[in-house]
Amino acid sequence: MVENILELSHITKRFPGVVANDDISLGIRKGEIHALVGENGSGKSTLMSIVYGLYQADAGEIIFKGVPVRIGDPRTAIELGLGMVFQHFMLVDTLTVTENVILHAEPHNWGFVDYKRAVSGVEELATAYGLRVDARARVADISVGQEQRVEILKALYRQAEVLILDEPTAVLTPQETEELFQVMNNLREQGTTIVFITHKIKEVLTISDRVSVLRRGKLVGTRNTAETGQRELAEMMVGREVLLRVKKEPAKPAETVVSVAGLQVRDRRGMPAVKDVSLELRRGEVLGIAGVEGNGQQELVEAITGLTTPDTGQVLLRGEPIQALSPMKIKRRGVSYIPEDRHKRGLILEYSVADNLILGLHSDPPFVERYLFRNERQIKAHAARLVESYDVRPPNPDQIIRTLSGGNQQKVVVAREFSRSPEFLVCSQPTRGLDIGAIEFIHQEIIRQRDQGTGVLLVSAELDEILSLSDRIAVMFDGRIVAVLSIDEADEQRLGYLMLGGDPQQAAGEIESGVTAK
Amino acid sequence: MWWEYITYFINATVLAAALRMATPLIFASMGGIFSERSGVINIGLEGMMLTGAFMGMLVTFYTNNPWIGLMGALLSGGIVGMVHAVAAVRYKVDQVVSGTAINIFAVGFTVFMLRTIFDVAGTSPAVPRIRTVALPIVRHIPVVGEIIGYQNPMVYMALILVVVVHIFLFHTVWGLRLRSVGEHPKAADTVGINVFLTRYVAVITSGALAGLGGAYLSIAHLSRFGDEMTAGRGFIALAAMIFGKWTPFGALGAALLFGFADAVQMRLQEVGIPRHFVQMIPYILTMVALAGFIGRATPPKSIGKPYEKE
Ligand SMILES: Nc1ncnc2c1ncn2[C@@H]1O[C@H](COP(=O)(O)OP(=O)(O)OP(=O)(O)O)[C@@H](O)[C@H]1O
Ligand SMILES: [Mg+2]
Repeated sequence: MVENILELSHITKRFPGVVANDDISLGIRKGEIHALVGENGSGKSTLMSIVYGLYQADAGEIIFKGVPVRIGDPRTAIELGLGMVFQHFMLVDTLTVTENVILHAEPHNWGFVDYKRAVSGVEELATAYGLRVDARARVADISVGQEQRVEILKALYRQAEVLILDEPTAVLTPQETEELFQVMNNLREQGTTIVFITHKIKEVLTISDRVSVLRRGKLVGTRNTAETGQRELAEMMVGREVLLRVKKEPAKPAETVVSVAGLQVRDRRGMPAVKDVSLELRRGEVLGIAGVEGNGQQELVEAITGLTTPDTGQVLLRGEPIQALSPMKIKRRGVSYIPEDRHKRGLILEYSVADNLILGLHSDPPFVERYLFRNERQIKAHAARLVESYDVRPPNPDQIIRTLSGGNQQKVVVAREFSRSPEFLVCSQPTRGLDIGAIEFIHQEIIRQRDQGTGVLLVSAELDEILSLSDRIAVMFDGRIVAVLSIDEADEQRLGYLMLGGDPQQAAGEIESGVTAK
Repeated sequence: MWWEYITYFINATVLAAALRMATPLIFASMGGIFSERSGVINIGLEGMMLTGAFMGMLVTFYTNNPWIGLMGALLSGGIVGMVHAVAAVRYKVDQVVSGTAINIFAVGFTVFMLRTIFDVAGTSPAVPRIRTVALPIVRHIPVVGEIIGYQNPMVYMALILVVVVHIFLFHTVWGLRLRSVGEHPKAADTVGINVFLTRYVAVITSGALAGLGGAYLSIAHLSRFGDEMTAGRGFIALAAMIFGKWTPFGALGAALLFGFADAVQMRLQEVGIPRHFVQMIPYILTMVALAGFIGRATPPKSIGKPYEKE
């Protein structure tokens, strides 16, 4: 018998209207990496929040190292040796990395924080596990990848024996994911047990020892990773076979819908982020922007959608300049936008699903009647229709968005933006945090938009996504478009090479296709 | 000629007066910082000050000892703070509404008590007050001695308080935790900090400090209580806190500036600038600060939002 360090026994948790965890029994072995997968809203985060003491189970028992325990709050969990990195990070922006890591476990003399000891402690820990961070930087100034490492440090600093990682890779670039896996391997070698939540089957197969699948709050089963595969896991998760690559006809591009010329944009710190970018997008095609995050994609998208004003250059929508217009006016001209950070840009978390589904359309007919009043009937009907066709769960338009699972929040954004039948669609990381079933669905929808004559600009850190949806691919590096490839010329290797700043000529030479940019 | 003009407004006498005027603002704004850094808006500072002013007088009246009176002010301010905390933290009442209610209540309460206990309207009988002291050596330093050498002990207490609050907030374990609760209570919760307890303690402390600020008026600066004697100083303290970007030294600077405006008021009137114009200054500066003209004045992020667990 292998020893279980953590055992969940018959855990049930109900929220108004849903059973988030339905009689789940699960054993986590000491020293393993245990992947936990399942569709959006299947109850993964809830289950782990119960283990961490943030939620209380309605029924069931938690057994830690053979002893039944009651975990009433995170403090108890920490004392037991549990650590959790949340799907949406729990970091205080205005504090430094060190302050975040030591919070509530501060080294001190008579109550005075010993910052010297704190910084060196954090730095030592970071070095020991290969987690590169700047201990003195303010969290507001660091990248998402670093925030992730800070979160892991937080848990390790508290000497977590069991580390729960809730979708840690959703916001990471492929390189950062690689690094995270190394860290996870290190941790495993040093005896830490890891529960790893993800939507990506590839990652499960790469890193985990065992994998458990949840569906609609129930445990479907647990497998040894070595004895299972992509297909079985996908089926267990969704309950049917899933297309892992979207089926599509070749594009039939028509006239130009958007053209960008000589665009220069600065980032928040005032540094040039987009440097002389020019692009053409036709109706009926998907132009993918590949690139390691932070190479100007975000600023490019913000300039196109009116969220920032470019220094120089033009954005023409059907021949008319839009770069000086407000985001609202740009939207009214038929531009839809799926922002990469749904919490900051896409949703109002305290509003209902129905109200979020009309954001930006809220002042237009049919949602307004007699110039002033909300047309509740229309709003309801609109919500009911979208909730149904985009399979938002739970299917309750009145639910507050904050209480939806991450993936379902994303579906609400996508549903709203697609429902406006745009002429130009900007998708920034459209499937971040979504399960494979939902990804399949959204990919099909993007292709459908394309086939209806929409021009789609797709920005994604997922090469798979770029490759499976795009008709042409522009590679961005250091604020410039370094190459534009047709889909036949592109493959993972070549894109990867270009994304890291490789020479386009040489890329062409190496692959021996002879064709490059434009 | 110019020099004369300047020294007419800025001289040791005016600056010493500015310091006196700033003292109640300093106490209350330090209170404001405690509460708001923990994420609870405290618009009730005015009412807490007024209560402190009244109770300070009352306890002094019965004990004949203004120092015990000061304890009374501290305690009563803390109790009003507690009321605000229960409303805002436990019952998740809108914090602006709760604070406003406290302000209105305090006016009625003090007027009513004054009549019932002393059977007078307007002002209380005179009570002993905390007397001004002369600092031994400092007094003889030119200029500086004239400004700070001969002041009320509460003035010195206020200045020391600023340093203490600064050290508390930025150098101690509890200060760090307090700030984290005001910025991101859920993050604080997930590392095991008791968000509710932290906010309770912060808001009660806030009330106690505001109470001291009020007592300065009734048993240090003057030696009696008068109806509504705080006259908006709680709001000016709030303004000082915001203008000082929620930092102790910033708030001190702002309080001194507002105190100075108060002190030169009379002299400004002599050159034809109306008093009411001068009284607008703190609020105009606050709006300037909030509008971001002097770098952004960003409040603690979770301010005004009650924390809910699930
Ligand atoms: N605080 C809450 N109040 C009400 N319902 C909730 C709350 N938190 C979660 N739920 C519901 O419980 C269910 C499970 O949610 P959970 O967040 O655990 O899903 P998940 O598996 O983590 O999904 P995802 O992959 O999208 O993050 C969902 O239906 C969700 O809407
Ligand atoms: Mg989740």
